[in-house]
This record gives sequence, structure tokens and C-alpha cells, in this order.
Amino acid sequence: MTGESAFAARLEAVSHGYGRTVALDTVSLELPPGCMVGFIGPDGVGKSTLLGLIAGARKIQTGRVEALGGDMAGGRHRRAVQPRIAYMPQGLGKNLYMDLTVFENLEFFGRLFGQGRQERQRRIADLLRSTGLDPFHDRRAGKLSGGMKQKLGLCCALIHDPDLLILDEPTTGVDPLSRRQFWELIERIRGQRPGMSVLIATAYMDEAERFDFLVAMNGGAVLATGSPAEIKSQAGAATLEDAFIGLLPVEQRRGHRRLEIPPRRIHDGEPAIVAEGLTRRFGKFTAVDHVSFRIERGEIFGFLGSNGCGKTTTMKMLTGLLPASEGEAWLFGERTNSHDLETRKRVGYMSQSFSLYAELTVRQNLDLHARLFHLPRGDIPGRIGDLIAGFGLGDYADALTDRLPLGVRQRLSLAVAVIHEPEMLILDEPTSGVDPVARDGFWRLLIDLSRNQGVTIFISTHFMNEAARCDRISLMHAGRVLASDTPAALTRKRGTDTLEEAFIAYLEEATREAQSESTGDLPVVAPSKTSVEAGATRTRPAQGFGSRRLLAYSLRETKELLRDPIRLAVAFFGSAILMVVFGYGITFDVEDLAYAVLDRDRTPESRTYLEGLAGSRYFLERPPIQNHSEMDRRLRSGDITLAIEIPPGFGKDLVRGRSPEIAAWIDGAMPFRAETIRGYVEGLHLGYLTELSRRATGAEPELSPAEIESRYRYNQDFKSIFAMVPTNIALMLVFIPSILMALGIVREKELGSITNLYVTPVTRLEFLLGKQLPYIAIGMMNFLLLVALAIFLFGVPVKGSFLALSLGALLYVSATTGLGLLISSFTQTQLAALFGTAIATMVPATLFSGMMQPVSSLEGGAAVIGRLFPTSYFMKISIGTFTKALDLADLATDFLALAAFIPVLTILSVLFLRKQER
Amino acid sequence: MRRLENIYRLGVKELFSLRRDAVLLALVVWAFSFSIYTAATGMSHDLRNGSIAIVDEDRSQLSARIGQAFLPPYFSEPARISFNEIDPAMDSGRFTFAVVIPSGFEADVLAGRKPAIQVNIDATAMMQAGIGDGYISRILNQEIGDFVAPGGRSEPVVELEARYAFNPNLTSSWFTSVMEMINNVTMLSIVLTGAALIREREHGTIEHLLVMPLTPFEIMMAKVWANGFVILVAVSLSLWLVVETLLQVPVAGSRSLFILGTALYLFFATALGIFLATIARSMPQFGLLFMMVALPMNLLSGGETPVESQPQVLQTIMQAVPSTHFVSFAQAILFRGAGIEIVWPQFALVTIIGGLFFAFAAARFRKSIAILRS
Repeated sequence: MTGESAFAARLEAVSHGYGRTVALDTVSLELPPGCMVGFIGPDGVGKSTLLGLIAGARKIQTGRVEALGGDMAGGRHRRAVQPRIAYMPQGLGKNLYMDLTVFENLEFFGRLFGQGRQERQRRIADLLRSTGLDPFHDRRAGKLSGGMKQKLGLCCALIHDPDLLILDEPTTGVDPLSRRQFWELIERIRGQRPGMSVLIATAYMDEAERFDFLVAMNGGAVLATGSPAEIKSQAGAATLEDAFIGLLPVEQRRGHRRLEIPPRRIHDGEPAIVAEGLTRRFGKFTAVDHVSFRIERGEIFGFLGSNGCGKTTTMKMLTGLLPASEGEAWLFGERTNSHDLETRKRVGYMSQSFSLYAELTVRQNLDLHARLFHLPRGDIPGRIGDLIAGFGLGDYADALTDRLPLGVRQRLSLAVAVIHEPEMLILDEPTSGVDPVARDGFWRLLIDLSRNQGVTIFISTHFMNEAARCDRISLMHAGRVLASDTPAALTRKRGTDTLEEAFIAYLEEATREAQSESTGDLPVVAPSKTSVEAGATRTRPAQGFGSRRLLAYSLRETKELLRDPIRLAVAFFGSAILMVVFGYGITFDVEDLAYAVLDRDRTPESRTYLEGLAGSRYFLERPPIQNHSEMDRRLRSGDITLAIEIPPGFGKDLVRGRSPEIAAWIDGAMPFRAETIRGYVEGLHLGYLTELSRRATGAEPELSPAEIESRYRYNQDFKSIFAMVPTNIALMLVFIPSILMALGIVREKELGSITNLYVTPVTRLEFLLGKQLPYIAIGMMNFLLLVALAIFLFGVPVKGSFLALSLGALLYVSATTGLGLLISSFTQTQLAALFGTAIATMVPATLFSGMMQPVSSLEGGAAVIGRLFPTSYFMKISIGTFTKALDLADLATDFLALAAFIPVLTILSVLFLRKQER
Repeated sequence: MRRLENIYRLGVKELFSLRRDAVLLALVVWAFSFSIYTAATGMSHDLRNGSIAIVDEDRSQLSARIGQAFLPPYFSEPARISFNEIDPAMDSGRFTFAVVIPSGFEADVLAGRKPAIQVNIDATAMMQAGIGDGYISRILNQEIGDFVAPGGRSEPVVELEARYAFNPNLTSSWFTSVMEMINNVTMLSIVLTGAALIREREHGTIEHLLVMPLTPFEIMMAKVWANGFVILVAVSLSLWLVVETLLQVPVAGSRSLFILGTALYLFFATALGIFLATIARSMPQFGLLFMMVALPMNLLSGGETPVESQPQVLQTIMQAVPSTHFVSFAQAILFRGAGIEIVWPQFALVTIIGGLFFAFAAARFRKSIAILRS
């Protein structure tokens, strides 16, 4: 570890791409150790990719990345340093599990780093106290505010005392007070662990001022490195933001000039928006608490606050998207009403996330909205042309919107919002993630709309410099408006230099008031000394296989499953419901067949013949048929499936021994049923002949020189239920367990928590087995439920060894969940995992595993698939133990075959699962 | 008028969205081509390759003749085994049928002593057991009869002439291909419509629609017509290209009547998709719900096994589900050539029940939008 003193991390000619997009272009960097290193630049310049590579979460494509004195391309070095690196990915609480509580999240991470119970408890208590999260011990992560989520994420990252802390935009979308507390917390931890290096990406230039060393990035390349002062002097600018713009290539900053805001012209008349006591509750949670304000026409009114403080909910109430629980709002003097379509035509709305159709082009999006607002048909091309020109969309007019740079998308969203020339615009955080130049361009459009066209603009933001440009702002926190005035007046009232400090002052006042109710964020308490001592005794998790990490995943998976009602219901009752449906629905017993007779003889002889049919339990008689056309019609309509026609003169011919012919018309639409009906009819006919002969001669007729004794083995009555129930159990135990298993893994990929597999010491095998265990347990519970259904509902007893059946089920469920694991390695989305697994299990299980045709009669590809699929073997075990009264010894080969699937599937899944992101 | 235009515009947008969704498009293509083809050719309801063993304790001319009578494609090459091997071989599922010819069989037959020949059948092989029994009995009777009296036997007193209407040779692919197509209509209309709604919710575009001068009814209607239209086109193409051309299945009745009926049914199926999408919070939840609803519906509607064999309670319940009537009129039109004068009651039921459910789903959709939360 001698290299550690030289650099925290070092990159040499590192390039990285996603498809054709280049994220990093031959970047070389040396990052000093033991200090705060900041990465600045807008979204999409490669900051996250760079941090992911250093953390070992992403696979290196080209170039060399060293962290903590070793090559991160080498698996051995990565495994050795992973316990010393902590990585917090971008996005609020991306590494957290939203269905787990604060404590459970921390516990999970503690287990992943191999900490014993006592040590874990002590560290968790310590971290919670120092971050002020301890009142929220049992709150689910998903219900925390943005700032609290980030603090919890930091706690999870710090639980193992890392030497290298990597934070990707940890404070984006967090209120200024929480942000300040967050940095204070990091400062204090650094005070205790001076050797720790911290790498941070941020979009806030004011935060970057405080870092020791900065890396300014743009377009996948490094623009400049050095201390904040060095960078500013390099660009000859007073602020970092200006310095950054100055460092950009000429073509990107062309046209950029300082934003000037002309004063607002005062409009007469009623206000554009009035809100009084607007309140919105979701269950027990109050998202917006008695918010009141009034906005004049042509005003730019800003809502400033953190994520989750109620800005979006308030805006939704104003647009009529959400009804208010209490209070009222007026737009242009009219009460808002979610059903009033006319007011909507006067308002343009741009929601927080980009919400245009990604599958349409720029022009198509504009055209669709123009038509939905029913602009006069002749005006549409002109209006679209004006907007494309005015909003600088000319180069992108026919491009699909999901390929556009973020800044362009935002301009398009604004163009769509104003296409119908609304009098008011409601914009929900329109500029998050947009680079400073594009942001200024966006504001220029807003100012033009407000000042020259008299449009009222209601905008929410978490950027202080944007808030400062508004005519008036409201500071929001935890659903309440703390203060509302012009930015200058607010700073003056609090006697602070900047708007941010004023906001923090208001926040502090509000949290002090709320403290007694313990709903707000608590001020930070200094961590106790134990955390420092912990540095000495910290655990270095052993290499190799760790049952604690494995169980950490099992426990977590179980808890998450228990908290998802739909998945839980399907996991426990899905199989049972399907079993009942299949048991009653798929039956090969053909009974209660409707038939009718066209008796054109009507003699005692013909009636004798028909008596046999009427007495059969397979047939149900319907009113007789009068003529051929009626017979045809009734067969066509499906009213009858069998028509018997007795020819005229049947009785006479029979007496005279002229062999009359009876016709049976069978509905052939369903071939299986038709064939069975034919068998029944022929059987009845034979019975009739025997009876006839016996009556005539008093002796059995010589119909055949030998007697054929058919013995239906295992199922004497030949009731399909006895075969279907054991077959269905085999089907059910492959279908749902494999789907749930595949979903369980792919869910992590989709939600992003798979990162914890990439950056913590957990191995692929521990991850997979840990996640598999709960599903095996659920599978076994399902198995018991299904057997109970078989015995008590369907009346199908287990004739053979129950122990053998259970052992078979255990092996089988392990194999089928293994199948789910394997399929999950190939799929990226939950939808694909779901349908992929359903098709991949259903087809071989129903067609090639002995349900329809015995495996012994399959040939070619079908036979190969059948033999390579676990259901074939368990089907034999299930049928063998249920109906053939077999035990373990009789079925030994099937058990061995089934057992062989488990290691093979596990090994394949481990091989296909990536330990790093691409 | 404006309403209609909105519905039309939004529907066209749906079609654009679907065109870009590779996964769903692949699912549509697969369901209406490969899946029908494999169902028709892969799964046979006839006896194929029945595995049979013969225990020949007679070793006579007659027993040798019997041994040669089991021919492909109905049976695989019969295996010769000893009597003691029967139990383990059948226990392990190696053979589905085992014929035992006792010693002295030929002599007994010739002497008119009516000896017994035993046929063991694995009754757990549901599809093959019953049919195989019939085949084997017929073959044995034929062989023994010919052996005793090579010229043929006297005519019976009464002859039975059994004929299959609508499918004279009982070609099982006729049935399986069309039923697979029908099942896929139900499956895909639920998936496409439900996924379209959930996709809008996940991308946040639904909120965007709601702040525009549009009603929830218009939004739902647009999804229904656009996705229904895709299914109708797919079904028509599939009926023409896959079922009639590739698989050579003759269609007895009017294709346009069938398409009209399908269009009526789609109101119900797409509304079901919307309904499930309002319950589910995410795409995977929707998928799980879909499986729990669509699988039973397809299995119990008469497309797989005869409705009349189900317990009475289940039959009554299924009468309230439009898919039962859909399957029933589809079979009547396509297999039996029924016209509107025969299928109108099913058409009426599908329309009425479908309409009621559509109204219910629309109400639920409106409500789910009212409580939409970011």
C-alpha cells in the first residue's frame, strides 16, 4: 500500500462508451489523496461514468484506472480494496431499499461488510445519532424526504469506515439546510479520519468552491484541474460558474451573454392565481399544508424548496391534476376544477420529468399537441414553424426526442407548453440537470414570454441563482410556505448576504419549531468517540464465501417480498389458484355430451336402440330433431355434439335381417372430443348388438375369437383428475417460483440497487444463493399447500412415499428457482423477465415434459428439450408417488437427474451475472 | 366532433408508441405466427409414437403377427420384454402400453376357446391412454380375426356408420391453430392496452395528457381503438397467412363475420387490460396480475377442453365471462360455418357484458386518475 500516499486514484487514457455515445474520451487524471476532490460540469459529461470506474462498479473498457494503489481492472485487487471503498450512486437513495426501514437498510449494509451483531448495532446507533436520523429509525426509506434519503445513503456508505468515499451528486435536489448539514457531517468525519479521500460530483458551483481540488469536465473530457482559485484565475472569472462557462469550447458558449431581466410592467386587473389554504393529504401524510399565495399577471413567481417539500403537489392542485383536500384556488378568477377543460386551454404545464413522447419526433410532438388543443388547422404549420425557429429547434425538428440533449429537450417541453399561447405557464423544476449555458438560454425564453407577451410564469426550482431571477418567490419546506416576497426583500429581512443563507435561516427557524413534534430534520450532533475507536477495530471481511452476507440478502429479499402485496399474494396463493383452475379446467374426461336423435322410423325397434344411448352417463338427451336441415343447424350452433339418425324402415329391415345402417354425426370441431365420442358410441353399439343376439339366440354372440382385457393401471376408473393433479403440481412449481425469482433479480437491475453487488464485498454466489433461499422456502410452502389441495379438495391421495415426494419437491424447487436465476442474467427489464420466463418455462413444461405426451414417445428436438428440462423428472416423481405408490428407491435415477440441475444452473447463473456494470 | 378528433389523434400517437416498442411488437408477431404454428404442429391430440412393449409367451405365428402389427406413426417399434419387466418398466414410464400374449394363445384361438390377451395401459398418460386403448383393441381384433378367417367376417345385424362433421379426418391442427389464435387475441389485447397505460404512467406522460383539454374517457378510448386495431389487423393476417395458407386449415364460415365478432369482443378484452393496469402499480405487478387472470380465462373458456366437462358451478360462472362466448362463436363460425342467424345470441352477450365491463373500467380509470400521485 505504498502507492496510496501518492494518489487517491489515477487514470491513464481512459475512454468509455455506451453504444455509439462516447462518455469519456481518453481522460488522464491524478487525484490527490486525503482531500476533497470535486467533479463539476452539467449532466451527461461523463462524471458518473468516471466515478463508477474508480469505484469498480463499471468495467473498464480502455485505459488504466488505479484506486488505492492498485489496478482496478484486476479482480483480485478489486476484491481486496472493495471493503475500503464506499460508493453512493447518483439519484436520491439509489443504493437504498425503499421498502426497508432506516434501521433495516443500515443493518443490511453492516451485514454485507461482515459486521457482527454488536458491532453493527453500535455503529448504526452512532451514525443515526450523528446524522439526526434516529427519530426515523423505523420509517421506510421510501417515505423519507430527499435530504434524509441522502443522509441515510451516506450512513450506509460510511458504515464500514472507508478510505475512499465516492459520492455522485449527493446533494442534488436537497434543501439548502440539509445540504449544509451534509457537508458539515462529511467535514467532521474527515476530521476523525484524515486519511480518507472523498470524490464528489456536483452540479452546484457554490459547493465546489469549498473543495480542495476540482476537475471541470465537459463532453467526456477534462477542461481544467486545480484548486477553485486556480481554476478561476485560469479563466479570469470571479465566480466558478463564470469560470466554467469561460472554459467551455467557443461554439458552446457562443451567444452566451449575461442575463438581463427588464423590470416587470404592472398589469391591471385581477390576479392570475390565488390560492387560499390549499392542503393535500395522502393518507396520514400531509404533503401540502395550508398554502396561500397570489400571483399577479405577467409575474415570474418562484417556488423554492427541496425535493418532496410539496412544490409538485401544489402545482398539480393548481392545474387540476389533483383535487385539494382542503382550501381553494382560483385561476383568472375562476375556481379550479379538475373537470373544467376550458381553463386548461389558458394554462401551459411542464412537469418535472421530461414527459413528451420519446417515440415521436420534435415536429410530431408539436403537431400532436397543436391538434389536441384544436388550433385552427390552417394556423398549425405556421405556429410550429415559429416555435421551431424561436426555440432554436431547427436542427432537431425531425429527430426522435429521446435522442436529444437535455437542454434541447427542455426547450422542446417549453415549446409544447406554450403552443396554444396560454396566458399562464406552470413549470415544475424545468432546469434540473441542465448545464449553465443552456439554463441561461432557457431563462431568456421565459423572460421574453413574461415581459413581452405578458405571460404569468409560476416556476419551481432548487437553484438559488434561478430563484434570484424571479419577481417574487415562496420558500417551501415540509409542505408549508416559510416566507414569500421578492428575493431582495427576503435577504434583507433575514439580514443575510445571499438568498441561500436567508433560506437556511428560515429553515432553521422552522425546524426549531417542529422539533418538539420531531418531524423535521434535527441539527447534527457530533459523533461520539466510539466511531473513532472503531477505526482501529474495524473488521476486514474475510475473503471467500460468507454466510452472513448471503443471509443478509435472504433476509432483505424476504422483507421486501412481505411488503409488496401483489407479489406476496401471487407467491403464496398464485399456485393454489392456478391449480384449482387447472384441476377443474383441464380435464380429459368427456361427459354430459348433448345429443339429439332424428328417428325416421319410430318403431319399437328404433326406440330400443336409442334406450342404450339415453341410459349412458356420458350423454345428455336434447329434444329430437325433425329433419336434416334442423340437424345441420343444431350441429353448427354447437347445441348438440352428436346426432343419431335412424333410417326409415329400420325396424322392418332389422326383423328381415337386411342389416340396416344407423348414422352417427359427430361434431369434429374439437378432434379429441370427437374421437372420444366415437369410442363411446361404438361401445354402446356393441352392447346393443350383444343384447340383441342374446335375446334372439339366448347366447353370447361370437364377435371375436379372443378376449381383450384392457387394464388401466394406477388409475382404475381412468379419471383424469388422478393424473392431472400430480401433473399440475409439477407445472405450478416451475411456473411461479421461476418467474418470481427472475423478477427478484431483474428488479434490482432496474431500480439500480444492483450497484451494491458491484461495489461491496458480496460475491456473485452469495448474492444469487442469498436471493434464492427465500424463494425456495416459498416454493416449499406452496408445495405443501398444493399437496393439501390435492388430498382434501380433489381427493387424490399420496399412495407412495410422502418423504420421497417432499425431497423431490425440494430438489425441484431449487432447480426451478435456479432456472429463474439463469433467465434473469439475460434480461434487463422486469417485463422481459416476466414474459421471457413465462414462455421459457410454460412451453417445455406443458409440451415436452410428459403432460400431453409421455417423454418416452417424444422424438427429435422435443425429446432433447424434455430430457434437459427438470419438469420431466419431477413429473415422474410426482406421478410415481401420488398414483403409482413408488418410493425413493424406485425413482432413484430421477432424483439424481433432478439434483444434477442445481449445481449446473447455479454455476451458469454465476458465470452470466456480471460483477461490474458495462 | 372535437371528442372524436381527440380520440383519433391520441390513437394515432398510440400506434407510433407501439411501433417503437420492440418487446411488445415482438410479442405480437410471435403470438400470431410462431406460437400458432408450433401449437398446430407440435402438439398432437392423436396418438403418436405410443411406446409399447410386448410380452410374447406364446412364440407362435399369431403372436409374431401381432408383434408386427403396431406401426408408426401411431406406435414406436414395440419392445420385447419378459413378464417380470412389466412392473418396473411401467413404473418408470418407459412404456405406456404393454401387451401380454399368454402361452398357448394361438392354439386356444384356433380351438375356439376364446383366450384372453391382456393390455396394460398407463392410465396416468391421459392424452394417450384412452385413444391408445381403442387403437390397440382394433388392431388386435383385426389381426386375430384375419388369422382365423382370412376371407373376412359376416356382416353384423346392424351397422353403425360414424361420420365426423366439419373435420372429417379429425386433423388436430385445425383445432389447435385456431384456438391458439383465439387465446392470443385475449392475451395480447390485455397486454397491449395495459402496457400502454402503464408506460404512460411510468414516463409521466399521462399527467401531461391530463393537463390538456382532454377527458379520461377520450384517453381510454384512444388506447382501446388503437390497440384493438392492431390486434384486428394481426388476427386477420394471421388467419389468412398462417392458418389458411401455411397450415392449410379450411375456414368454413365467413371471415368478415368472425372479424366483426372479434371487434366486439375486443371492447371487453382491452377494457380488462385498462382495468388491470389501474390496479397494478408497476409493470411487473401488471404482468403477475395478467397471468392470474388471463391463464384461467383462456383455459376455462372452452378453447382447450370442452366446457361441458367442467363442474356446473364453474360453467355458470364462465357464462358471465365474454371470452366463453367469444370462443363459442369463433368455433361455430370458423369450424362449422355458422352464420349470423346462429351466432347472434353470442354476439349479443359479448356486446352487452363487454359494454358493462367497459363502463366499469372507464369509471375506475377516471377514479385512478383522480388519485394519481407522483
